[in-house]
Amino acid sequence: MRDSNEKESIVSINAVSKSYQRGNQPVPVLEEITFDIARGEFLALMGPSGSGKSTLLNLIAGIDSADSGSIIIDGVDIASLGEAELADWRAAHVGFIFQFYNLIPVLTAYENVELPLLLTSLSRRERHEHVETALAVVALSDRKEHYPSQLSGGQQQRVAIARAIVTDPTILVADEPTGDLDRVSAGDILALMSRLNEDFGKTIIMVTHDPRAAEKAHVIRHLEKGVLSDVSA
Amino acid sequence: MFLLKLLARNAFRHRLRTLLTILGITVAILAFGLLQTVVSAWYAGVNASSATRLITRNAVSLVFSLPIAYQERIRRIEGVSSVSYANWFGGVYITEKNFFPSFAIEPQSYLALYPEFVLEPEQKRAFISDRKGCVVGQKLASRFGWKIGDIIPLKGTIFPGNWEFVVRGIYTGAEKSTDESQFFFHWAYLNETLKKTIPRRADQTGIYLIGLKNPQSAAEVSLAVDSAFKNSLAETLTETEKAFQLSFVSMTEAIVVAIRIVSFVVIIIIMVVVANTMAMTARERIGEYAIFKAMGFRWYHVAGMIFGESLFISVTGGIVGILLTFPVARKFGDVMDQFFPIFQVESSTLYMDLSFCLIVGLVAGMFPAWRTVNIRIADGLRRVG
Repeated sequence: MRDSNEKESIVSINAVSKSYQRGNQPVPVLEEITFDIARGEFLALMGPSGSGKSTLLNLIAGIDSADSGSIIIDGVDIASLGEAELADWRAAHVGFIFQFYNLIPVLTAYENVELPLLLTSLSRRERHEHVETALAVVALSDRKEHYPSQLSGGQQQRVAIARAIVTDPTILVADEPTGDLDRVSAGDILALMSRLNEDFGKTIIMVTHDPRAAEKAHVIRHLEKGVLSDVSA
Repeated sequence: MFLLKLLARNAFRHRLRTLLTILGITVAILAFGLLQTVVSAWYAGVNASSATRLITRNAVSLVFSLPIAYQERIRRIEGVSSVSYANWFGGVYITEKNFFPSFAIEPQSYLALYPEFVLEPEQKRAFISDRKGCVVGQKLASRFGWKIGDIIPLKGTIFPGNWEFVVRGIYTGAEKSTDESQFFFHWAYLNETLKKTIPRRADQTGIYLIGLKNPQSAAEVSLAVDSAFKNSLAETLTETEKAFQLSFVSMTEAIVVAIRIVSFVVIIIIMVVVANTMAMTARERIGEYAIFKAMGFRWYHVAGMIFGESLFISVTGGIVGILLTFPVARKFGDVMDQFFPIFQVESSTLYMDLSFCLIVGLVAGMFPAWRTVNIRIADGLRRVG
């Protein structure tokens, strides 16, 4: 059932279903999911393990495809895009934040943040400006020459956030962004994400198990066995 | 530039593994280079042979000789510019271990036919005017420490007795492929001695060496020579110098084929080793490659990273192997001088080395690249953490 929303919708999910094949048996993961996400919304997707929340996040981020239904993001039906177009679309519109930060260990913080910009037509100088700005937003300008192994978990996640926002994407998708952090670091990351949402107007879709993390979101949607069960604001 | 930096850093992420793989490639390329050089050395005589020379031998077998009287009849054949003759002597210096090729030759015509044996005019005159004189190659002289004026005793194997020669000249090769390990002395000296000791073997020669006016006429002249002695007591078989040399090599062709096969097997083994290294590397980084793909990097970026790293490792190992081939081949050539007087790394071997480095790099990267490119991003991301 579609929820109405006063704000302009940036993500529109219509009757999306997804199942995985286990042997000859299809195992349904998502069933007829329909909802919208408003521009500038901070959405938390919650649910027990295996409820399909990460799968739904992957579908929204364009790194997996639905069996049926459509996902329209900022006017683009991403199911209609070919593999190459989808890669270009992700590069321009999606910023990823992962549970385990997923930084490239042989690159410095600066180089990790610069990575997505290599796919743009920006000059070296322009890239430099973007990277410096992103690192300043996450307050890590002084650690830019450090390798991931020289940074704490919280700092690594901040670098990952800088990498996610450096291209100024349409949406930020975060899969358990605080799942691997201690309480204090998790608080810092959530505060940073709130800031990105409030000060920079970023639309954030976050999968989390942590009710404290979900508290930061404007909307919390619960998934149970692949079906949307509850919504709270 | 950025990707190259990433590639180089990735290559040395597991330093020990990468260094061992590079070492493996170095050893394989070195072994391949040496084995190929052994094959080239086998064919050195063939490669050094001239297109303007023919060799006439007894049609029955090389072990049978030809009458010396044939010389004049051969000289009169149309297309022949000069004729010389030589006998394999097979002498032994002190012990059997000191083997080297020794020939009894007609000095003037022989040296004229073989301008690649470079001799000082003074030494040449001294050799021609001394019946007991001999000329030796630079390598041979160095091997035994011979110098001009030394008396060299040889023990005859085909022509029994103790023979003594005076070194009158030391020749050098005009080309790299010229054999500098040969020993030449006067056929006349051999013949005079045989007349006294074994008269029935006198006035005979092993082969005739024929200079051609025109290399294109080799077939006609060969036919004319052999026709001239048809139905005689010693019928002839005339062939180009190259064909003559090849007939020797063909006797040992099985060994050459075996060496060639082993050299290629070495490359295949190292290809499997590098492929295994790259497969391990790609498997460990499947999550990272998934992140690249999630960020919008295309399949060819990811494949480029894998192939680039694989090529980086194989080419680095290959270049080190090629650089090491030269000093090792020199050392090997010095030790095996007796068997391989010409032991030089040929440019074709280097091209093959380089080609194999590239092939190893590309083949080794193929499966991991294919696997990484085809894995779904969502599945790849599950491998992180």
